[in-house]
Amino acid sequence: MSSSVLYDAPGPKARVRNRIYTVAGSLAVLGLIAFTLYRMNVKGQLEPEVWNIFNNAGVRTSIRDGVVTTLKVFAVAGVLSLVLGLLLAVARLSEHKTVRWAATGFIELFRAIPLLITIYALWFLFLTYKNDLGVVGDNTAFWALVIGLTVYNGCVQAEVIRAGVNAVPRGQVEAAYALGLRKSQVMTMLLLPQAVRAMLPTMISQLVVTLKDTSLGYIITYSELLFAARTMASNIIVNGENPITAVVIVVGAIYVALCLALAGLATWIERRGRRAKTGIAVAAATEPSVVDGTD
Amino acid sequence: MNVLLDHLAEFREGFIGTVLLTLASGLLAMILGVIIAGFRVSPVPPLRFFGTAWVTLFRNTPLTLLFLVAWFVVPVIFMPGLSPWAKALMALGFYTSAFVCEAVRSGISTVPLGQAEAARSIGMTFFQTLRLIILPQATRTVLPPLSSIFIALTKNSAIAGAFSVTELFGVQKLLSDQGFAIAWIFLWVALGYLVITFTISGLFRLLERRMGVAR
Repeated sequence: MSSSVLYDAPGPKARVRNRIYTVAGSLAVLGLIAFTLYRMNVKGQLEPEVWNIFNNAGVRTSIRDGVVTTLKVFAVAGVLSLVLGLLLAVARLSEHKTVRWAATGFIELFRAIPLLITIYALWFLFLTYKNDLGVVGDNTAFWALVIGLTVYNGCVQAEVIRAGVNAVPRGQVEAAYALGLRKSQVMTMLLLPQAVRAMLPTMISQLVVTLKDTSLGYIITYSELLFAARTMASNIIVNGENPITAVVIVVGAIYVALCLALAGLATWIERRGRRAKTGIAVAAATEPSVVDGTD
Repeated sequence: MNVLLDHLAEFREGFIGTVLLTLASGLLAMILGVIIAGFRVSPVPPLRFFGTAWVTLFRNTPLTLLFLVAWFVVPVIFMPGLSPWAKALMALGFYTSAFVCEAVRSGISTVPLGQAEAARSIGMTFFQTLRLIILPQATRTVLPPLSSIFIALTKNSAIAGAFSVTELFGVQKLLSDQGFAIAWIFLWVALGYLVITFTISGLFRLLERRMGVAR
């Protein structure tokens, strides 16, 4: 507990003071909530009709379809980014200079460019050459989003996996070579399994970032959850205006729930991993949010 | 190549827009983040609860959704008539403040317990301990994650361009909609971001060297 660094165990005077702060703090937090509710009430956002739209079958179908498309993008991009991450990590650790430099350049470039720019450029490229792309041409926005997410998150995953490989004790690799294993065998049988195992919490936390970033599809008008919600809200008129506040609250809750579920999985795996005895320690679950792309 | 030279004014304006937006929202995120971190380590339960709720909410919400809130919900419920720039500042600043808060909080907890105990035993008050002993030492651990956070903030500011705030992504959108070669625009805009992010990481490396505290 970090507060133990800063405070003594409170004496009688401090306890009284803390109780006063507690009351004042509670009042401030409650006041903030009350003010928000008051303003929402004044602007007619708490009217039963506004919230009644969620009883409409069409509205529910729209939200469900949005969740499904978001999860579809997330699933494809998540799997592809893990595959790309593994490949890039191996390439970065290669003994051939050209391969190593190519991988390093690729990772540095796409990690430094805002994801939105990559996605938009891909989308524009795909739209321009739509007729030459065959099947992909019909789902231009989907593939732009998936490939953009894959490239960016693949680069981050590669760095995470590389950190894991570097954490494997040197003696293990030497022992493996002494046993007569080949380079590829050392990588696939010894280094990667341990790296992935140790870095699993961090990799899942990066998947939370991937999930959040699917919402960039809104900007290239791909009908994921956010875009579906916006379209729906602007098509419905309740009491003379669009119920966008209510829709945003519901959609926001869905996003937060999805992300918290994934983050919870990461923490659970981390806690399990800490009990086990291996060569390298299991990384903390919240690492990538600080180490890299908060976006 | 010609795209850059023919549209230098747009590129320059976009570049300055990105820098200004990053600076302003970075400042807002720092102020809010440190305050919320203070809430999270305070002995007052409702403030701790508020801090935790703040971080959980803003860390698990997509930034695009926050922009949507700033554009369509805030004007309806709280303040109508905010400029797009102010809305983008709020969305970026609030989002980033959650990450700043977590960095500061973990920085405070890395200061050895004995430091604060020693400070208290020689009779320093809480604020003296915080100002003279804890924060200077915490700053050093907080610098590397803060650098990553500001780099991410720079990249995130691209979303503001999609919501029609003048910055680099907006330039790309504008020019590619006019039919210029996307590869060149992409390259120049990317270069603009690279300049900013390299400056940030360089500045922080300098700061780290300056503020080196021997442990």
